[in-house]
Amino acid sequence: MGILQMVVIILILLVLVKPLGTYLYHVFSNEGNRTDKWFSFAERPIYWLTGLRERKGMTWKVYALSFIITNLVLVAFGYLILRIQQYLPLNPNGIGSMEETLSFNTAISFMTNTNLQHYSGETGLSYLSQMIVIMMMMFTSAATGLCVAIAFIRAITSRGTTIGNFFEDFVKAQIRVFLPLAFIVAMVLVALQVPQTLEPTLSLTTLEGVQQRIAIGPVASLESIKHLGTNGGGFFGVNSAHPFENPNGLTNAIEILSMWCIGAALPYTFGLFAKNRKQGWVIFAAMMMLFLSFLALNYAAESQGNPAMNRLDMDSSQGNMEGKEVRFGIPQSSLFTTVTTAATTGSVNNMHDTGTPLGSITPLALMMLNNVFGGKGVGLMNMMMYAILAVFLAGLMVGRTPEFLGRKIEAREMKLIAIAILTHPLMILVPTAIALATSAGTDAITNPSFHGITQVLYEFTSSAANNGSGFEGLSDNTAFWNVSTGLVMLLGRYVSMVVLLEVGASLMRKGRVPETIGTFRTDNGLFVGILVGTVLIIGALTFLPTVALGPIAEHLTIR
Amino acid sequence: MNHSASGETGSARLSMSIILRLSVVFIVLCGVIYPLVCTGAAQLLMPTQASGSLLKDDRGITVGSELIGQKFTDPKYFHGRVSSIDYKAEASGSNNYAPSNTDMLLRTQVSIEEWKKNNPDVPANRLPIDLITNSGSGLDPHITPASAKAQIPRISKLTGLSQAELGKLADDYTEGRDWGLFGEPRVNVLKLNLALQKRLNP
Repeated sequence: MGILQMVVIILILLVLVKPLGTYLYHVFSNEGNRTDKWFSFAERPIYWLTGLRERKGMTWKVYALSFIITNLVLVAFGYLILRIQQYLPLNPNGIGSMEETLSFNTAISFMTNTNLQHYSGETGLSYLSQMIVIMMMMFTSAATGLCVAIAFIRAITSRGTTIGNFFEDFVKAQIRVFLPLAFIVAMVLVALQVPQTLEPTLSLTTLEGVQQRIAIGPVASLESIKHLGTNGGGFFGVNSAHPFENPNGLTNAIEILSMWCIGAALPYTFGLFAKNRKQGWVIFAAMMMLFLSFLALNYAAESQGNPAMNRLDMDSSQGNMEGKEVRFGIPQSSLFTTVTTAATTGSVNNMHDTGTPLGSITPLALMMLNNVFGGKGVGLMNMMMYAILAVFLAGLMVGRTPEFLGRKIEAREMKLIAIAILTHPLMILVPTAIALATSAGTDAITNPSFHGITQVLYEFTSSAANNGSGFEGLSDNTAFWNVSTGLVMLLGRYVSMVVLLEVGASLMRKGRVPETIGTFRTDNGLFVGILVGTVLIIGALTFLPTVALGPIAEHLTIR
Repeated sequence: MNHSASGETGSARLSMSIILRLSVVFIVLCGVIYPLVCTGAAQLLMPTQASGSLLKDDRGITVGSELIGQKFTDPKYFHGRVSSIDYKAEASGSNNYAPSNTDMLLRTQVSIEEWKKNNPDVPANRLPIDLITNSGSGLDPHITPASAKAQIPRISKLTGLSQAELGKLADDYTEGRDWGLFGEPRVNVLKLNLALQKRLNP
């Protein structure tokens, strides 16, 4: 039954890929179609209000500056609200303002689509902040990611000269994708018992006569965009493990599909843009193969349980239940963990810190690779980067100029890609080393021995991958952690986005090379294998030593 | 404050005015209108679910939320899972014990010893792991059906209700997988104890 549940959810995803991918294509193709008619009532007033009268294409530099400055403006706004939330309305629980470094961390965290949380929603945020900072950023950061991915796709596939207009893409992403979907999913979640209210914390007397106070709030509206936008920041401290955020198996399935579907549909959208659907499926297949292997690893490890606990005198046949909820059990927890780290969402329905050592390799590795489905657009961009690298490696091996989608890959593109590929591990390994070497870093560790190393490694991996899940035992609300992870999230988000946009623009300027019999095909099974191989080899070369120091060493001590 | 960052003619320029106006529009749309419309629609159409699925007793007094677990210490009641926060639902969380953390092993060993003391009729090797592990949220309202069954001999002895009657009660409050497929079979401890309380004080 466990495997069947997972298979059914994956099958539903497969069914969604084509219609959703086609819809996204129509939204962003800029060719007239039905979606224009449906949404013009909402878009026209927005264009009027923002002064977007003519929406000409942008150069990659203007596109990049536009989204970066827009994000900066929103970060400044979010920071300000968090700092003064105590004095603002919609604060029925009388929550105080947030401290400087924590506000800095939180504003960056949500704008970069990371949603690393060094606060607990119940005690750290007013309802106004949950709405106007957290939900607002969940929409805007997701739309930013999607827009940049679409611009990149246009660049490497279009024959024209423009990658699109950021503002127009941004408006369309909100009005045609995120707002309507988020509203529908929020209503379905409420029907399935997720609360949505502005009432303050409830107070009641339990059956045994004890006072119980229950934090509540506008949860469903946050929950839907949290997953659709692959954001991942919970309304409550324990995120989707909280029964109000995720009350049953059905909401769990909906949340999994919400965070997965857009990322999984994008390769298909890419195939449509490239006028080669097979090319899209090749990328999708590579992602799915990696996904299934890591899912199997986590499910097997968690079902077998914690060897140290299994030796005790009890019935531990359920597997590793510490940190998990009974309504989800191992299968729904395992699938959630794998999807949330593949799709760089970072919401959790079980505590990753309490996972078995081998099982926790899954979330770690998926964030280290950072290209298996991925968050709004970023995963696809990263996978395309590996695809170009794979073409380059294969080209070198047979002594031919590498080409991708009819364009020559040359020194300039490869240098840029090298920068993007190296930034990610640099942002993980260097801060991890610094944190482990200083008391400011090691003081936060709460679990002994090798697991402590994993706690630190996980925190920076999650920040660099803009995932946001954590080994939440880490006492990370200190100036050191707030500032260091804040900077890592910023660099992790924007460096690769800007660099890849430049790669796209550079490819776009080149003429097309006619396809010949000697052209290395990138739309067949062989390329799936080469792509998966490239991803795994680069990932293993970079990260295997740290994984050996953390989870593998821990496993050897308790097996 | 429009200035050009692009050398080419015919392509759009960087515009601070558009950036600021766009930011304001979406702060209002996504941060105010969207959550308020959701709240209004939810409260209007589904007030019970939207307000936290509260459970009331016969006198109409709220005794809890069916989604949020409660702490049960009286051995006459069914007990829920371990909660390091004692089911204090103004917050949420757990100790986040690593699998190699000896504190967790100690806590579990203590739980097993207590079980042996309080449930002499049910050997420890029939004690399901979910009952003595900390849930992720610290608020888990459920236990597995096996964990409910394992407590029946103790409760039967203390309340005088027959094991068969208690077994039927536990079966009545066992919820299956959603749509017969998603999630795990489970028993809502608070609902079960409310029903048990009714049997004891009719």
